[in-house]
Amino acid sequence: MEGNNKKPLLLVGQSPHVISPDNTRSLMLDVLIAMAPAFVAGIYFFGLRVLLMTAFSVASCMAFEYLYQYLMKKDITVGDLSSAVTGVLMVFVLPASVPFWMVLVGDFFAIVVVKQLFGGLGRNFMNPALAGRAFLAGWATLLNTYPADATNPNYVPLPLIKNIPLVNGQPDIVTSATPLASMKAGQLPEESLLDMGLGLESGCVGEVSAFLLILGGLYLLLRKVITIRIPLGYLGTVAILTLLFPPAGINGFTWMLASLLSGGLMLGAFFMATDYSTSPVTPGAQWVYAIGCGLLTFVIRYFGAYNEGVCYSILIMNSTVWLLDKYIRPHRFGSSKKVKAEAEAIMANIRRKNAGGDAK
Amino acid sequence: MKQSYKKIFMDGLLHQNPVLVQLLGVCSILAVTTSLENALGMSLAVTIVLTLSNMVISLLRKIIPNEVRIVSYIVVIAGFVTVVDLLMQAFLPALANSLGIFIPLIVVNCIILARAEAFASKNGILASAVDGLGMGLGYSFVIAFVGLVREILGNGTILGFEIFGGFYQPCSMFIMPAGAFIVLGCTIALYQAIHLRMEAGKEGKK
Repeated sequence: MEGNNKKPLLLVGQSPHVISPDNTRSLMLDVLIAMAPAFVAGIYFFGLRVLLMTAFSVASCMAFEYLYQYLMKKDITVGDLSSAVTGVLMVFVLPASVPFWMVLVGDFFAIVVVKQLFGGLGRNFMNPALAGRAFLAGWATLLNTYPADATNPNYVPLPLIKNIPLVNGQPDIVTSATPLASMKAGQLPEESLLDMGLGLESGCVGEVSAFLLILGGLYLLLRKVITIRIPLGYLGTVAILTLLFPPAGINGFTWMLASLLSGGLMLGAFFMATDYSTSPVTPGAQWVYAIGCGLLTFVIRYFGAYNEGVCYSILIMNSTVWLLDKYIRPHRFGSSKKVKAEAEAIMANIRRKNAGGDAK
Repeated sequence: MKQSYKKIFMDGLLHQNPVLVQLLGVCSILAVTTSLENALGMSLAVTIVLTLSNMVISLLRKIIPNEVRIVSYIVVIAGFVTVVDLLMQAFLPALANSLGIFIPLIVVNCIILARAEAFASKNGILASAVDGLGMGLGYSFVIAFVGLVREILGNGTILGFEIFGGFYQPCSMFIMPAGAFIVLGCTIALYQAIHLRMEAGKEGKK
């Protein structure tokens, strides 16, 4: 019986014959590792409440997925960790001061409504965490109140468990304006560019430290979990547009850097827009998708009612993915116009020769 | 091909429900269901117009030339909508104000035109009246349900009365347009689930 555990030396069967060891679980694990630096930064800047919120969010996302699949008698796929990624991302796009019930509602909407009702992993038509955030916009006051971070002189630690907002009222916390709020008014933020890159600013839990998000993004690129196309196309579009159109009296280059480092742009470009099930498959479509994200972010930031446009621009582009994939296809090997023309020329030559031969 | 009045009525109310099954008149449901009061006002107006226009079109069905039938239906419907609009402005000015443009827009509500074309132009006056009433009530209970859910979740009230005593924090998402789509979609899904289960039960009995 000893030979049974050995792998067979020759695999006989249908293609594919090259099998990658990657699976959903290992990919999701890579994404979790890539998010770790920004997560630690979130805890550092906004306190231990972030740790508790994230644990709560991951647990409830996995529980919702398990419960739905159990009740609907489907295969239980909680082990692939995709719901854990959604759980972490959900907290990343919320201010640290939101009450726990809001995290729960966002998780429910993300996992049950957006992901499972549409068929589960790979069939969700929008990024679950972003859709969850968009749903939570129903409680606009709570969602748009940003607590002061730990480096702010007015910082007061957030209560760990107690829900901060009072019913129908303003949360009783020390708040702080985000850089995007002053940028909406057409001014450079008070924070220096370095501070914004490091994350010494107010904002959502996971978005403040642009440098650490880039670090995580590089890890994903190195591990080949994502390709450079979507982040580059997205950030590049925003960079070019902000460089060309700074507000009056501001250096275009400084404005561009401030635009890139503020808000959820890095988080969106590296972790949200690149989500497999909600981004296009073909390279050409990926460029169009990424540039569309950048264009919409620019338009919402400059002309929209909201300070930040990353969430909605990614959601809007998510819903165009089927269209992009349908109409922007790569050429089949040998079917490009050039090859076709060459082939036709050769065939015409042969025909001419044959015709000539017959005449003789 | 005579159908019993009961069957015609039940078709309108449930089996061929204009909203849940035929997906007609969805525009007005999405637009006016921000509160139960608006939804009830709208359902009243639509039911009245639908029943009366069905009856008149059924009466005129042998006189209306086939080539201009749609225009003729619209004239009849528009007449009744104007009556309802003026009555509402006279006796329920607040409701007429909050429904606004959606009362005149009943003229182009697809349920009414669809029933005129598909039923009233081929059936007698009584059957048409029953059909209009059934379809109208079918529309009414869906619009009222959607309005109720959206008002409770989006405002924490029923007909303007606070019901949670300040404990619940209303989610304004539900009185925004996106909430209308979510609630209506879930309502249709719920109906389909119940409907399929009942059909399966009938099959099982056979």
